[in-house]
Amino acid sequence: MITFAIGLSILLLIIVLFLLFRIGTLASIFRGSSQRAVGTTKTSNRVNSALLLLFLFVGGAAFFWSFADAWDEMNQPLASVHGEWTDSLFWTTMVVIGIVFVITQILLFVYSYKYQHQDNKRAYYYPHNNKIEIVWTLIPAVVMALLVFAGWKTWTNITSEAPQDAVVVEVVGKQFNWIVRYPGADGKLGVADYRLIDAVNELGIDFNDPNAHDDFMPMQLHVPKGKPVLLKIRARDVIHSVFMPHFRLKMDAVPGMPTKFWFVPTKTTAEMRNETGNPDFNYELACTEICGRGHFAMRFIVVVDEEEDYEEWLAQQKSFVEQNPDILAKFSSPSQDQLVLSKEAEKAEEVKSEL
Amino acid sequence: MSSADISIQKDVHHVHEEHDHHHDQNFFEKYIFSQDHKVIGKQFLFMGILWAFIGGFLSILFRLQLGWPDATFTFLEPILGGWIENGKLNPEFYLAMVTMHGTIMVFFVLTAGLSGTFFNFLIPLQIGARDMASGFMNMLSFWFFFIASVILFISLFLDSGPAGGGWTVYPPLSALPQAIEGSKSGMTLWLIAMALFIISQLLGGVNYITTVINLRTKGMSMTKMPLTIWSFFLTAVLGLLSFPVLFSAALLLIFDRSFGTSFYLSDIYIAGEALANTGGSPILFQHLFWFLGHPEVYIVILPSFGMVSEVISTNARKPIFGYRAMIGSLLGIALLSFVVWAHHMFVTGMNPFLGSVFMFLTLIIAVPSAVKVFNWLATLWRGNIRFTAAMMFSIGFVSLFISGGLTGIILGNSSLDIHLHDTYFVIAHFHLVMGAAAFFGMFTGVYHWFPKMFGRMMDEKLGYVHFWLTFVSVYLVFMPMHYLGIAGFPRRYYSWTTFDSFSMFSDMNVFISIAAIIGFGAQFIFLFNFIYSIFRGRRASMNPWHSNTLEWTTPPLPGHGNWPGEIPAVYRWPYDYSKPGAPEDYIPQTVPYSQTQSSNLPHEKDLE
Repeated sequence: MITFAIGLSILLLIIVLFLLFRIGTLASIFRGSSQRAVGTTKTSNRVNSALLLLFLFVGGAAFFWSFADAWDEMNQPLASVHGEWTDSLFWTTMVVIGIVFVITQILLFVYSYKYQHQDNKRAYYYPHNNKIEIVWTLIPAVVMALLVFAGWKTWTNITSEAPQDAVVVEVVGKQFNWIVRYPGADGKLGVADYRLIDAVNELGIDFNDPNAHDDFMPMQLHVPKGKPVLLKIRARDVIHSVFMPHFRLKMDAVPGMPTKFWFVPTKTTAEMRNETGNPDFNYELACTEICGRGHFAMRFIVVVDEEEDYEEWLAQQKSFVEQNPDILAKFSSPSQDQLVLSKEAEKAEEVKSEL
Repeated sequence: MSSADISIQKDVHHVHEEHDHHHDQNFFEKYIFSQDHKVIGKQFLFMGILWAFIGGFLSILFRLQLGWPDATFTFLEPILGGWIENGKLNPEFYLAMVTMHGTIMVFFVLTAGLSGTFFNFLIPLQIGARDMASGFMNMLSFWFFFIASVILFISLFLDSGPAGGGWTVYPPLSALPQAIEGSKSGMTLWLIAMALFIISQLLGGVNYITTVINLRTKGMSMTKMPLTIWSFFLTAVLGLLSFPVLFSAALLLIFDRSFGTSFYLSDIYIAGEALANTGGSPILFQHLFWFLGHPEVYIVILPSFGMVSEVISTNARKPIFGYRAMIGSLLGIALLSFVVWAHHMFVTGMNPFLGSVFMFLTLIIAVPSAVKVFNWLATLWRGNIRFTAAMMFSIGFVSLFISGGLTGIILGNSSLDIHLHDTYFVIAHFHLVMGAAAFFGMFTGVYHWFPKMFGRMMDEKLGYVHFWLTFVSVYLVFMPMHYLGIAGFPRRYYSWTTFDSFSMFSDMNVFISIAAIIGFGAQFIFLFNFIYSIFRGRRASMNPWHSNTLEWTTPPLPGHGNWPGEIPAVYRWPYDYSKPGAPEDYIPQTVPYSQTQSSNLPHEKDLE
């Protein structure tokens, strides 16, 4: 019954609108305004040009108000060294384009209003002016050159080789969660091969490699404050993307092609909790490359510790082998096949590291 | 050169005329399998409008989910059936809708719908030709597009759903049916539809280019062509050079999916099994895809540049400012569009040095784009502007193009792209600059050339209402999305509630969704106006906008062959508006200088 009533009222509304439209058309025929060339009638010109000007003022004011209003929420708290560079470059660029935005939009709407049609007027025949063209080609070119230079410098710094003493963490994306692996006391990640993956050995670590024996996979990504951290990024099935918004950090995880990104965290989780006044604050790791059903839920907690806390945390971690003693049995007496396999894996790893 | 071409064209037409006299074309020859460029253009337009409503409707559905992530959507069950599970939208179907929205809008509406319509309709009319170089190929082009449309439409109703890996269909997600439901038969149909679509584009493209080069009427030199034709011509060249690359990318993906090759697949463990594929690279697909994908966004926007230039000049009653600079910037943009594709891939792990190079090349594009905007503004300056509905959409276009284009300067900067890549900042940027702007270009074209298409006028007042509702809601939808993007909200997220970092802005998302619904609703005003005016609109005169270009010298409803008599010759450029000394404020291209002594400039005195 309600659906019927809604349907009926919508129908009536449409009929009313249609009648209004017909009346309007007939009235314009009576007034004779339909005899004039389109766009030269007084009312429609006045109304439209006034609305354009109104749009400029009201729209502009609404934009600036909402921008200011959303300011605190849109600026995610920042916690990395390179993030400071990109943030300042971002807002510098925003100011530059903001100026252009304001000037061009004002000119567009003001000209539209000012030069609306008048019967006794004629447009000014002004087909070209090469001097002006050259000027307004050169100005953007120079501005672009400056922006390219600033961007290029920042980009080169961010993508430079990670320092030798960087903390190395492997981050692996899979449908639909992240797995992180630390190299353990020896500082070396063991070799992995996707063909060794099973329900327990989710990363396909080859435990014939002694470097793998102290590797561990914690449930949170811990990094020390103020030290460079190198993320070695891989994917197991489809492309994922490591995104840590507070660190202004993003890098795709690509199956078959390891990638990397290094950064220096500047604020511990505790400091950030203080700063934001939110006792539950956590740094988060999200996926930003569409990867299937659970794409929106690939959340992983990142914790930044003071260096001593980080060391303490490291010391508490048990290696994967300790947690899963059975795993070594599979690898203890490698058959001929597995030997070949692991050699291949080593080779593959070598090739990759060269890349 | 062109006079020789004309004589050939005339001969062809003689045959046609005799044919016409002997027996009238039957219904199928005239309206369905027509080889007349005007009918084919309209066929593309109808298909484009149909697809636009489907694509728009999909966006409303997923905006409902994004605006009200906790709501139950049982009321959508009659439409979506099994995709609503316990009142919740299936997350994979959400991805499928996002994918189909992108595919439909980018390819089927803004490529085929827009260029198919206006290239076919306007090229022969504006250069003074009886028809396209090959009417038959032209017809094939539409029917390939039609078959592609049917296949893509069918894929919406599959059990496993349509393709769901994003409109960019990156493998391995799109290659592995175990990765997502949409990569089952939905993806197969997507690939077949795209392959047919590309064939349609190539058939059309060859035709457009040939027609513009060979069939211009007497006097229509390249520098007397309207900017519309220049932009159409360059767009067709872009399409012809880049679509084959997408074809090869799709072909290799078909091989990977169906024949066990490893072009894009390597080291994959999925669904409890390690796949045998080794040695492939998913990044290869991205390079191939964006080698088309970037020119593609210019394929979408260049035609609008042309049409908007034409409409602004006509309705400001002023010559377009810097005609040659406009052509030069079109050429520059077209050329540069081929060497910037990897700016979509800054964070894919490709060599950072490549990132620097592509950042440099990308930011250069800002220069010719800026020149275009300044020239449009200069054209408005001291004009005598007639606010027709088409003109309103042109002004809206310039505004949207500025707003969306400027943020391209940020995204093209690789170091800023690290944070913003794949966030709503990107969504806001490209929807403004190539989505909404191209739609505004399309509306400009429809309102402006409707009288020539159907012999009747569209209702201007409804046009204004349509414009204002659309213009305002476009800004209300996409401006706030910048804020979400700066905060890092990732795109293609079913909901953000899982993350503390993205817990704010839920009101903003409701606001955006409401604005989107209003904007979509406003399109029905257009639909009504369009259909009603075809049958009941006011009859159009030959040249209702007092425009200079050649199509306005044809009868209100041009018949087969366009001009009843001889094709008129062209003597001047198309932008002699408000020339001092001329009695009217426009001088059509067909008026020789010898008849306009009073308004001729010094160097034009001795011209014919």
